[in-house]
Amino acid sequence: MSLLDGVAAAFMLAGAGFCLAGTVGVLRFPDVYCRLHALTKVDNLGLGLVVVGLALQSGSWATALKLLLVWLFVLVASAFTCQLIARAALRRGTPAWSGRRES
Amino acid sequence: MHELRTGLALFLLLNILAGMVRVVRGPTLTDRFIVAQLFGTTGVGVLVLLAANEGGAPLRDVALIFALLAPVTVVAFVRFAVGRDSEDARARGEEPRG
Repeated sequence: MSLLDGVAAAFMLAGAGFCLAGTVGVLRFPDVYCRLHALTKVDNLGLGLVVVGLALQSGSWATALKLLLVWLFVLVASAFTCQLIARAALRRGTPAWSGRRES
Repeated sequence: MHELRTGLALFLLLNILAGMVRVVRGPTLTDRFIVAQLFGTTGVGVLVLLAANEGGAPLRDVALIFALLAPVTVVAFVRFAVGRDSEDARARGEEPRG
């Protein structure tokens, strides 16, 4: 296994770690707004690190650029949709977490 | 490397399965919906991982389409969940919040 492969594997494993953190956050955080926060980490860092790892081993510029394009689309979409969903929840009157533990 | 990528793709699929718990437990409509966004992003991750395997190159284009179409579902949800509510509020002469 070459050095490049090792670095790529490290990036991909870190990305998978962020995906796990996001899933745990969606399951464990107390309200919609906190869960959205956890979710956007998966979009930005989870997918981002996986894409960087794959781009390093892809071996061609065209493939690497296409992967980065996928990530870019997800980044832009995540920035807009997170705000849209949070505002939708607010308008529906979803209460924010008060700081006390769920009973 | 092939094993690592396939293993990671499986791991991401397990994440999707774990997300189903939130769909079942809710409690609000928005809680159930944000898991759909988790599915979208994680699904794109699975596709790009599998695309690096032999003969999987077309999956990269599928991932690109997925990434492009995912926001459409969110806009549809927001129209569904909020559109009517805020139109009702405006009809009653209230300023919509947010």
